[in-house]
Amino acid sequence: MSPETATANNHRAANDAAPPFIAIRHVGKTFTTLRGDQINALVDIDCAIGEGNFITIVGPSGCGKSTLLRILAGLIPITTGRVEIGGDAVTGPRRDIGMVFQSSILLPWRTVLDNVMLPAEILGIPKAQARERALSLLSMVRLEGFENKYPQELSGGMQQRASIARALLHDPKILLMDEPFGALDAMTREQMNLELQRIWQKSGKTVVLVTHSISEAVFLGDRVLVMTPRPGRLETVIPVKIARPRGLDGMATPEFGGITHEIRRLLKQEGTIE
Amino acid sequence: MADVSKLSSTTTAPAPLSRWKMRLIRRPEIVLSPILLVTVLGLWEGGVRFFDVPSYMLPRVSTIIYGLYQGFAISIFSRGGYWLNGAVTLAEVLLGFVIGSAIGLVLGIFISQIRLLDATLRPYIVAFQCLPKVAIAPIIVMWFGYDITSKVVMVTMLCFFPLLVNCMVGFRSVDTDRIELLRSLSATPSQIFWKVKFPSALPFIFAGLDIAAVFAIVGAIVGEFVGAQLGLGVQILSMNAQMDTAGSFSVCIVLAVMGLVLNYSIRAVQRRVLFWAPSEAIQQPINV
Ligand SMILES: Nc1ncnc2c1ncn2[C@@H]1O[C@H](COP(=O)(O)OP(=O)(O)O)[C@@H](O)[C@H]1O
Ligand SMILES: [Mg+2]
Repeated sequence: MSPETATANNHRAANDAAPPFIAIRHVGKTFTTLRGDQINALVDIDCAIGEGNFITIVGPSGCGKSTLLRILAGLIPITTGRVEIGGDAVTGPRRDIGMVFQSSILLPWRTVLDNVMLPAEILGIPKAQARERALSLLSMVRLEGFENKYPQELSGGMQQRASIARALLHDPKILLMDEPFGALDAMTREQMNLELQRIWQKSGKTVVLVTHSISEAVFLGDRVLVMTPRPGRLETVIPVKIARPRGLDGMATPEFGGITHEIRRLLKQEGTIE
Repeated sequence: MADVSKLSSTTTAPAPLSRWKMRLIRRPEIVLSPILLVTVLGLWEGGVRFFDVPSYMLPRVSTIIYGLYQGFAISIFSRGGYWLNGAVTLAEVLLGFVIGSAIGLVLGIFISQIRLLDATLRPYIVAFQCLPKVAIAPIIVMWFGYDITSKVVMVTMLCFFPLLVNCMVGFRSVDTDRIELLRSLSATPSQIFWKVKFPSALPFIFAGLDIAAVFAIVGAIVGEFVGAQLGLGVQILSMNAQMDTAGSFSVCIVLAVMGLVLNYSIRAVQRRVLFWAPSEAIQQPINV
């Protein structure tokens, strides 16, 4: 066993008392391209996520972050290993997962409200009930008054908030977010980080958020999974023991700086950032 | 100060006039376009009179307009009038447009849902696209005869391809993220089709209808040129034989109006259905 996985295992040990909510056991994923080449997107990923945790995944492009998230969502099969959620092996998409992608993927022919209600149509949730829930979610993401607008009429940050409301509509236990704020400017992004922390604390979901911003990962995560590419590996898991709710000024503290510095050092060691 | 007084003097001007002025300043083309038309027609009329051009070469504008009047002044059942012939051509256009578009749409959807079928048929569809389809008009008239059927078949065939091709392109360019989103919610293939794929492909389908509408009239006229008993194309041929160039021109005006109305109707539906789509047209190079 490599020293990296040993570190990962050490951190998991703390959670091992109860069976983990999400268990990722020695997961490997190999893609075969159209030309027949094999790409090792993920190699021996092993980690456990407790219920209600906020996990962030950080790493450079191509290290398999999105692949790992899509595996958790049951969108693609794994090549080796095993993924369990709540004790059941993941074999396909599940009803108790909500996803947020880098672009908001709102359907332009639907109003904001109808977009947020999309999961209800697919999962067969009664319309009246879904509507009520959608309206309360829209007010939670501070979009009240925009229900009947079309997505094109909203700013990027507002669109992404609507897509978070949509991901929460069917009250999933798990929220998977793939670089949700990557396309936003720095100011909006910080604002969205605060909002997300508030929403998470209020809803008690288990969140797995992928980002390539180290400070975003540290600001939001209970633990930060640091990944490195070629092949995609879980380098280490770093716990962030900063009290919640965390404020933006907390980013200036030595504790925060120490953790981000440590992650940056790990990634630099791997020659993935300069 | 001077500016402010100017501003207030324009706002106190009579309301209807100032609104007209505002529109004119914002969109001068609403006056410039008619002026251009009148100028060109005036030069045409004047030039033909001045240089004494023989009317079988280039008729006067006034003669063309008179021809138009004559064509419609005749009884609606007269074989020499625009009513009967126009109705026949219009019937060919509409029937062929509806049938051809429907077949193209259904087949295009079907083919694009099955990847292997799509890949297998694609080279032949591309090859067929490069064939000028009006070239087989004589064959179609030979197969289906001189009555309206051969023209409807001709129009059907011309309308079929834009819909087929645009459907295939449209379904191929559906944003994969949208499909992934639906899949992550464990949507069924039919939910993915109706909630994401079909609406996403609609702009392409409407672009196909736009092209088909133009092709429909071309198909009907070419079919009538090759062999028909009635229709505006037949009338153009017989007028040409009598050196009635003004008459031919006036039939062309009737055809242009027909095309405009068809195009306008499609765009009106499109504006309602595709209110959400950016308006730039998706154009596919497809051969007549
Ligand atoms: N569908 C696929 N087919 C082939 N290779 C893929 C596919 N999806 C991802 N990959 C490859 O897997 C690796 C990891 O990709 P990804 O998970 O998207 O990385 P990240 O999200 O960290 O940038 C990359 O090298 C990428 O090219
Ligand atoms: Mg990614």
